[in-house]
Amino acid sequence: MPPVTDLEAPVVGGACEAGVNFADALTAGEAEIARIMQICNACRYCEGFCAVFPAMTRRLEFNKADTHYLANLCHNCGSCLYACQYAPPHEFAVNVPQAMARVRVRTYQDYTWPLAFGRLYERAGLTVALALSGGLALFMILAIAMNGRLIHEPLAGDFYVIFPHNFLALLFGVVFLFAMLALAVGVVKFWREVSPTRDGNLADIKAAAQARVPAVAEAVTDVARLRYLGGGHGDGCNEGDDAFTLWRRRFHHFTLYGFLLCFAATCVATLYHYLWNLYAPYGFSSAPVILGSLGGIGLIIGPIGLLWLNLKRDALRADVKQNAMDRGFIMLLLLVSATGFALLLLRDTRFMALWLAIHLGTVMALFLTLPYGKFAHGIFRSAALLKFNIEKRMPNRLGLGGE
Amino acid sequence: MATTLFMPDVLVIGGGNAALCSALMAREAGASVLMLESAPKEWRGGNSMHVRNLRCMHEEPQDVLVEAYPEEEYWQDLLKVTGGLTDEPLARMVIRHSSRCRPWMRKHGVHFQPPLSGALHVARTNAFFMGGGKALVNAYYRSAEALGVEIRYDSPVKSLELKDGEFVAAITESGERITAKSCVLGCGGFESNLEWQREAWGQNERGEWTAENFLIRGTRFNQGVLLKFMIDAGADTIGDPTQAHCVAIDARAPLYDGGICTRIDCVSLGVVVNREAKRFYDEGEDFWPKRYAIWGRLVAQQPGQTAWSIIDQKAIGRFMPPVFDGTKANTLEELAVKIGVDPATFMDTLNAYNAACQPGIFDHTALDDCRTDGVTPAKTHWARVIDTAPFYAYPLKPGITFTYLGMKTDATGACRFNEVPSTNLFAAGEMVAGNVLGKGYTAGVGMSIGTAFGRIAGVNAAASTGHRHPTFHEELSYAAGH
Repeated sequence: MPPVTDLEAPVVGGACEAGVNFADALTAGEAEIARIMQICNACRYCEGFCAVFPAMTRRLEFNKADTHYLANLCHNCGSCLYACQYAPPHEFAVNVPQAMARVRVRTYQDYTWPLAFGRLYERAGLTVALALSGGLALFMILAIAMNGRLIHEPLAGDFYVIFPHNFLALLFGVVFLFAMLALAVGVVKFWREVSPTRDGNLADIKAAAQARVPAVAEAVTDVARLRYLGGGHGDGCNEGDDAFTLWRRRFHHFTLYGFLLCFAATCVATLYHYLWNLYAPYGFSSAPVILGSLGGIGLIIGPIGLLWLNLKRDALRADVKQNAMDRGFIMLLLLVSATGFALLLLRDTRFMALWLAIHLGTVMALFLTLPYGKFAHGIFRSAALLKFNIEKRMPNRLGLGGE
Repeated sequence: MATTLFMPDVLVIGGGNAALCSALMAREAGASVLMLESAPKEWRGGNSMHVRNLRCMHEEPQDVLVEAYPEEEYWQDLLKVTGGLTDEPLARMVIRHSSRCRPWMRKHGVHFQPPLSGALHVARTNAFFMGGGKALVNAYYRSAEALGVEIRYDSPVKSLELKDGEFVAAITESGERITAKSCVLGCGGFESNLEWQREAWGQNERGEWTAENFLIRGTRFNQGVLLKFMIDAGADTIGDPTQAHCVAIDARAPLYDGGICTRIDCVSLGVVVNREAKRFYDEGEDFWPKRYAIWGRLVAQQPGQTAWSIIDQKAIGRFMPPVFDGTKANTLEELAVKIGVDPATFMDTLNAYNAACQPGIFDHTALDDCRTDGVTPAKTHWARVIDTAPFYAYPLKPGITFTYLGMKTDATGACRFNEVPSTNLFAAGEMVAGNVLGKGYTAGVGMSIGTAFGRIAGVNAAASTGHRHPTFHEELSYAAGH
C-alpha cells in the first residue's frame, strides 16, 4: 500500500471543487484517509485513545462522507501517531493526525455557505487580515463621521455617545446572525451526509431516535469537558514528542469558556438594556463587567497558550498550510480580549472613542470570520461527536469473530 | 581500541521490553545503567513495538481484565501449546509474576485498555496496552530517561569480552570497548537474520530452501549477533533453531515489520489450499486465536511455502478486516485462474469440500456443528458450502515473529556455562523465551516472559554490583513460589 504522495490533486476529476457529492471519487486527501483506515482497521491498537478508531471499526470501507466524519472526529491529539508501529519511516507511512487535518480543512471549505466563500479558507491569513483591517477602518470612519473626532473630552465611559446602542445592536446582531446562519447551513449539510440514518433504513431510524437523548447528553459532555484532548488515558495530548501534556486541553478550556463568558456578558448586557432599562456603562462589580472580565482573562491566557503550543507542535503531524488559519483565529481572539481590557481601563479617558473603535473593529473581524475560519472546527467537531454518540448506540452491522 | 571511561554498574544490551524492564529495575535499585540499542531511535524497541498485550494470571476481575484466569489454567494453556516443551518452575514463575507486575508497569507510564473490538476472546486472559507496544516502549524510554538511564541508539554490539563465564566488556560494531560491572543481554532472537534462518531450516525434500519464503513480522534488527557469540563462547543453550512463534500472514506483507495488521483471520471461515490447489489441514479445528500459531508451520511445509485462504461473500464482515484487499472473482474457476493455481484441481478440491459439508447451525462464536463428512482433511467446525459470489482469496506465507533458540537459564536469569551460572551476565526476553516456550505460542505470553525475566535480570544484575532493589523482593518471592 504505497502512500498517496500528491495530496492536492484529486484522484479523479475535481471532486471537491463544487462541494461534497457521494458519487464523487475521493480526492487524494480522502483516499489517503481510506488507505490509512484500512491499515488501522486491521491493527486497532489505538482504539482506546479517541472516538476515531471505534467509529472506524464499524466500517469495512471508507467513502467520502466517512472520511470527512472521521477527519472531524479527530482532535489531532497525536497519541496514535507516536504509538503507531506503521508511522514513518515504516513503508506504510501511517500518519492519522496529518491525514485527518488535511481533510478537515476541506470539510470546512466544502460545506461553507455560500459555497464560493470556501475559497477564504485557502487564504486564511489574508481573510483575517482583510476582516481586521476592514473592521478597524469601518469603526474609525464611523467614529469620525458620527462624532467628528477620535480623541475627546472624558465621557465617563458612555460608549453610546460615540455609537448609539441600537445602531451597534443592529449592526452586530445582523453580522452575528448571518455568521450563525452560515455555520448552521454548513453543518446541517454535513450532518445529512454523515447521518447514521442516511440510508433510510427503518431499523436504523428507530435505533437512532432512541439513542438521541443520551447521545446528545454525552456529546455535550464530550465537548464541554474536551474529553478527547485527554488522550483516552487522561494524561493529555502530545505536542512536541511522545510525552503527554494536559496543557492543550487546559488552554482550550480557557479559550472556550472565556469565549462563552464574553458571550454571556453581551447577552446579560442586552437583557439589562432592553428588559430592565439599565444602561451602560456598567460598574466594575456589575454582572456584564465581571462576566466579560473573567471571559477576557480566559481569552488572554487560552489563546497565548494555544499559540505557544501551536508553535512548538511536531511538524510531522501538523498540516503546515493551516498555520495561517489556526494562528489567525488565535490572534483574533487574543486581540478581542486585549482591546476589550484596554477599553475597560481607558473608558474614562479621552481615548475611549479610539479604543472603542479598535475593540469593535476587532470584534467585527471575529464575527465576520466565524463561518470562514478556524471557529468552524468547534461546530463540525461537535456534530461529528454527536453522530459518534448516536452511532455507537446503534447495533453494529459487522459481526467479527469473537464478538 | 578505545575503552569508554564511564563504567556503568549495569550494561543493558538491547532496547525492547525486556531490556527496558532490566534497565528500569537496575536503575531503581540505584545502579548506574547504560543501555545500548542497536536500532536508530525511530526503530527502537525491537519486536516490542509490535506487541499488543500481556497474558496475565488473575484470581478475580482486575481493571481491564474480566473474571479470573488462575495460575493452573494459565499453566495448562502453556502446557498445551508447548506440548510439554517447557520448564515448569520457570513457567510458573512467569505466570505468577504476570499477576502482580502491572502496577509497576503503570508506574512507568504504561496504560492499559479494555480488549480491542474483534479481540474479545482474550478479554479474560490478556491485558491490552493502550496504543500497543510502541506506546509501552515510548513510556519506558521516557521513564528510563527521567530516572537517569543513559541510552545510546545506533549502537549494535559485535561481541563480548568474557572471563571464566563472567562479563568484562562489550565491543561495539564501531570498535568501542565498553566495560561494566554486570550485563544484561536483552537483544532478541535471530529471526531477522535471513541467512541463519535459511541454514537452520535447510532444504526440504523438494529441494527448496524453506526459509527463503519466510517473512519477518517484526524488527529487522534482531540479527542474533550476540546469540551466536554466546553459543560460540560455549554458553548453555536451549531450543531448536526452527522453533519460533510463526503464523500464517498475508504473503504481500513487507519483509520486515509487517506486524499485527498482516495476519489473515478468515482461515476458519473458509478453506485453505496450497499451490497444488489442495487442502492440507482442518481449517476449523479450533477457534482461530487458538490455532493461528500453528498455521505458519503448516504453510511452511507446503510447496513454495505458500497457500491461499478462500472464502465467499458469507464470510465478509465476520473477521478482522485484512490490510490488503483479497483477490476477488465471481466464480470459483475465475478465482483459481486469478491466483494462478490449476482450475481443474481447485474445482475438484472445492467441490469435494462443498459436497462434504453437513447441515448445521453456523455459529462463529462457538465450536458449532457445521462439519464435513467424507473429505480428507475434514473441517470439523464452521464448515459452510463456499457458493456465494463474490469469492475472495488471500495469499499466505509463514511469518516469523520470534525464534526460541536462546540461553539456558534459571530463576535468576543468569547465563550459564557448563551448567554454572554466571555471577554478572544475565539474559532476558527472547534470549531466554525458549526456556518457557519450547514450541507453539499463545497470545501475550512473550510479553509475560519478557517482563518477568527483564525485571528479574535487571534486579540481579544490579544486585551483583551491590545495589539491592528496594521493593522487588516481595513480588519476586511470590513469583518464585516461596
